[in-house]
Amino acid sequence: MPLFEAVRLALNTIRVQKLKSFFTLLGVCIGVMFLISVVSIVEGMGTYMERDLVGKIIAINSFELRRRPNINIGDVDASVWEEYRRRRRLYISDLLPVVEALPEGTRWAQESEAGVTAVSRYSRPRSVNAIGIDGDWFTIKKLSVVDGRQFTDQEMTQGENVVILGPDVVERLFPGLDPVGRELRVGTTPYRVIGVTESRGSAFGVSFDNFILAPWRSPIRKLLNPEPAMIDAVIVQSENPLILTEAQERVRAVMRTRHKLRPGAKDDFTMETSASALEFWNKIKGYLVIAGVALPAIGLVVGSIVIMNIMLVAVAERTREIGIRKALGAKRRDILAQFLVESATLSTVGAMLGIALGIGLSQAIAALTPLPATIAPWSIIVGVLVGAGVGIVAGVYPASRASLLDPITALRQE
Amino acid sequence: MSQHQTDEAPLSTTAERQAVVSSQGAAPSKEWVIVTRGIKREYDMGGEIVRALRGLDLAVRRNEYVAIMGPSGSGKSTLMNIIGCLDTPNEGEYWLNGQLVSTMKDDELARVRNKEIGFVFQTFNLLPRATALHNVELPLVYAGVSAAERKERAMDALTKVQLGERVHHRPNELSGGQRQRVAIARALVNRPSILLADEPTGNLDSQTSEEIMRVFEGLADSGQTVIMVTHEPDIAAHARRVVVLRDGQIASDERREKFTEKLGITV
Repeated sequence: MPLFEAVRLALNTIRVQKLKSFFTLLGVCIGVMFLISVVSIVEGMGTYMERDLVGKIIAINSFELRRRPNINIGDVDASVWEEYRRRRRLYISDLLPVVEALPEGTRWAQESEAGVTAVSRYSRPRSVNAIGIDGDWFTIKKLSVVDGRQFTDQEMTQGENVVILGPDVVERLFPGLDPVGRELRVGTTPYRVIGVTESRGSAFGVSFDNFILAPWRSPIRKLLNPEPAMIDAVIVQSENPLILTEAQERVRAVMRTRHKLRPGAKDDFTMETSASALEFWNKIKGYLVIAGVALPAIGLVVGSIVIMNIMLVAVAERTREIGIRKALGAKRRDILAQFLVESATLSTVGAMLGIALGIGLSQAIAALTPLPATIAPWSIIVGVLVGAGVGIVAGVYPASRASLLDPITALRQE
Repeated sequence: MSQHQTDEAPLSTTAERQAVVSSQGAAPSKEWVIVTRGIKREYDMGGEIVRALRGLDLAVRRNEYVAIMGPSGSGKSTLMNIIGCLDTPNEGEYWLNGQLVSTMKDDELARVRNKEIGFVFQTFNLLPRATALHNVELPLVYAGVSAAERKERAMDALTKVQLGERVHHRPNELSGGQRQRVAIARALVNRPSILLADEPTGNLDSQTSEEIMRVFEGLADSGQTVIMVTHEPDIAAHARRVVVLRDGQIASDERREKFTEKLGITV
């Protein structure tokens, strides 16, 4: 019997017995639904981690030379922290040799960051992130100034008291006002606001917009590190990954020489990329996917047992039909195929319902909670295959019983 | 009512039958559709051996219209199952349309049933959820006929039994006589060597029974070999040859005229 015919027959059976089919499909449906939603949420978190969280902290196509990694996803044990703590700081004196070693086709910036208290005439003091910058910082971070202007070269090199604000700071320190041209104090030092940046958004409910930017050479640097000559990071960017790797090697060589490291000694600095920051996440993601697949699998096992039972009932109910079909020339494999296809179709329909519900559920979770969700196309394919597979496995025993029925006995059945 | 045709039908003589059933192991010539040679069938009913057929010889020529009669327990159902390739004998040979069926395995039997036999049952045995058309298409599905050809041939077969207007009705929307005609259309759609009917009028009133018998006669007239198993003498009397079984063997095998004369039936 052609496959199409068998599928049509199976769909017809489902249509005729809607309620019974629904309960039959429930197990597979729920199993696949959770499979799809768990995978979607894990995938969504992955996308979020890569694009929003890490991507906003570490610019793409770049690496950051730091004393220790800025992003620590996952657990870092005490001995590692101890080693980080003993590392030498980066100094402004390191910047020139590093920059001079960079190959053609790269750009650089440096930054230092710390929490400070800022105050304006229009509000009470607020905690903000102060970032002292130099070099092509705005280009590398892909951040533009939407109100006012960027720092001039002179302001950068002279270290003038000018600041550019993140949108949150505007809201909190200059509520309802245009801050450009107004004064803001950090400690006792006054700074003139010259611009406001676009929003960098937020991740897991934490805003990335609560910052003030100032030239690193301005007095702000005294607040950012224990010594004013210290810096947090040198950021190097290149559109060409080969050049970036080359740059990374050259910077490593410069720093090892400056820190007088012996050959074979481990680096006492870090060159962090978005990939290296995501390494640990990728490891967790693997476990999450396995857990996300293992739990729904239990649902699928239950679902397959239900389907097997229903198919056994169907075979018993339709013994006479099997007898008729055999009398008319159906071979064993025709009967086997009929019931296998029926059970696979049943289960696949359940899986498809589950996929639809799973997509709905993950969208609902994405809409109602901060958890993001991305539907992975592979999870849909897996869902359908799992559905068909469960149906076939569950159908083997009932179908083989049907195919082995003796036509005479089967025809005699009432 | 079709008395005049009796002599025209090629009825085998006893001598001819004797000759064909006694040549063990040899394939019968083409004119013989059914030849059984000494078939035995025994069942083990919980330790007790029931001998349903005890060395039965039967030969049916192409175009014959044979009724098989006998009281219950005479072995007529067993014989029908064997002739219909639903069962095989423990011993003896069964040749159907030149093929030795008695040694075949399940799937070969299924193929033979599909190609050579058209079943008509007492209880119609239509698939309840399928339309008349789909029921008639069924043997063609298992014969691997394409969907378009299937539909055309099923429509033809239904038209021949005057059901061309009711092809999309389900069995429960049809009368008993109409159901049996759907079953006949289904039996004939794959152009079988024999039409094998098991108590075809058992579930029908006498008027509808007559109607179905007229269909059978028309088929026999057009050259279809028909084997009909029945326990009703006046139904058997529609056939042109009547075989009566008793205790798993043939008790009598005679022309209709002789049979009706003996029982005093007029058809």
